[in-house]
Amino acid sequence: MKDMTQDTDVLLSVRGLSKFYGARIGCTEVSFDLFPGEVMGIVGESGSGKSTLLNCMAGHLAPDCGEVLFAGRDGDLQDTLKMSEPERRMLGRTDWAFVHQHARDGLRMNVSAGGNVGERLMAVGARHYGAIREGAVDWLGRVEIAEDRIDDRPTAFSGGMQQRLQIARNLITGPRLVFMDEPTGGLDVSVQARLLDLLRGLVREMGLSAVIVTHDLAVVRLLADRLMVMKDGLVVESGLTDQVLDDPQHGYTQLLVSSVLQV
Amino acid sequence: MIELRDVSKQFVLHNQGSAVIPVLQGAALQVSHGECVALTGNSGAGKSTLMRMVYGNYLADAGAIVVDGVDLVTAAPRDILALRRQSLGYVSQFLRVVPRVPTLEVVAEPLLMLRVERAAAMARAEQLLGLLNIPERLWSLSPTTFSGGEQQRVNIARGFAYSYPALLLDEPTASLDPVNRAVVLSLIEEAKARGAAILGIFHDAEARARVCDRSIDVSDFTPKAA
Repeated sequence: MKDMTQDTDVLLSVRGLSKFYGARIGCTEVSFDLFPGEVMGIVGESGSGKSTLLNCMAGHLAPDCGEVLFAGRDGDLQDTLKMSEPERRMLGRTDWAFVHQHARDGLRMNVSAGGNVGERLMAVGARHYGAIREGAVDWLGRVEIAEDRIDDRPTAFSGGMQQRLQIARNLITGPRLVFMDEPTGGLDVSVQARLLDLLRGLVREMGLSAVIVTHDLAVVRLLADRLMVMKDGLVVESGLTDQVLDDPQHGYTQLLVSSVLQV
Repeated sequence: MIELRDVSKQFVLHNQGSAVIPVLQGAALQVSHGECVALTGNSGAGKSTLMRMVYGNYLADAGAIVVDGVDLVTAAPRDILALRRQSLGYVSQFLRVVPRVPTLEVVAEPLLMLRVERAAAMARAEQLLGLLNIPERLWSLSPTTFSGGEQQRVNIARGFAYSYPALLLDEPTASLDPVNRAVVLSLIEEAKARGAAILGIFHDAEARARVCDRSIDVSDFTPKAA
């Protein structure tokens, strides 16, 4: 489907992205545009290629072909796959953020909670200790971690707290685009709810754009504006989240939606 | 404000022997500013399907569904989202919320999304919850644990928080006591008076007679068996 609105204010444009593992398909021919403030959900079962796609977009994996265009603050679209390594690293510290499924992949486990959050500020040039500490306290508060835990290491935190700390570490620098890989995976349902509520609030307040990979349809219904359904490396269906979930067109999506257990 | 032209819809169930279920064919209707139109027809005639198509929740196979100048059949997702934010409200029969979010926030959310000042949005939410007789001690709690009738009223308060120019109502008076039913009917009358175009499903015949200007029988759009 051709987008009716002009693509002048596109934030992220993915074109023909493909990745093969030898003869096996990782993901093929994925194209979509993401606009500022939009949240895109990607669902599919294990092995459908959703994580491969996310990692290709975020620059963690080199795709075999395709483009990942990102609008810099000057508004020009730049192919992030052709950037030099330092440029891409800078992007990863400023405009982009990546929330891993396992918090320990996104945190430094032997550094204090405050250090984890403050470190990101220092990476973009903050030098004043008081200001960094203040920023860290503010962000820990926003993700509901008490100030008196600031000097504790993440190893002393529960899984849900670690995940919230990872989110604080990622968002403190005010990124414009966040990639999330199963952000609520492996957490208790009650902890998930708290995290979802938090993420939704942050997305709205900061006008964040996000790409969220998950296999949990309830998560995308609450967080994502748009949805892509993947199977065997292909996007089989995409559209408005509630439309795809309530009136699925593709046989696979119909199966996925009807397989969810009702509570 | 709301216009349907030659709209058709069928469901294809790929995992059940690719069964094809035609639901609507040649559906056409118009709702003008300040008008309330009821969809009627037996259960299964396609009233809810039609309404969901107007909201962009179900896809149409053919035809045009134009609300406030946007054709939902061809519009991009983000244009439909913008339309829902600014022009098109929907009071469904079910409340779907993020757990843990307080009732006041749930009701004020449509206003907050439009960047209405927080204090003003909250004041409007309080006013509506009061009007719909939700006890004040519940306002700071999540509505997930409320009774069916209370959830329905929270849903209505949310749907009327912002003055949408076009509004879809799915059984707005179902499961309400007479007092709250009267409140909802007057909310609908107020919305009409300020010029909103309303399309609704009302099983409550008395309510329909009071607020609706005319009815459209959806069974007229039932595909004729070949």
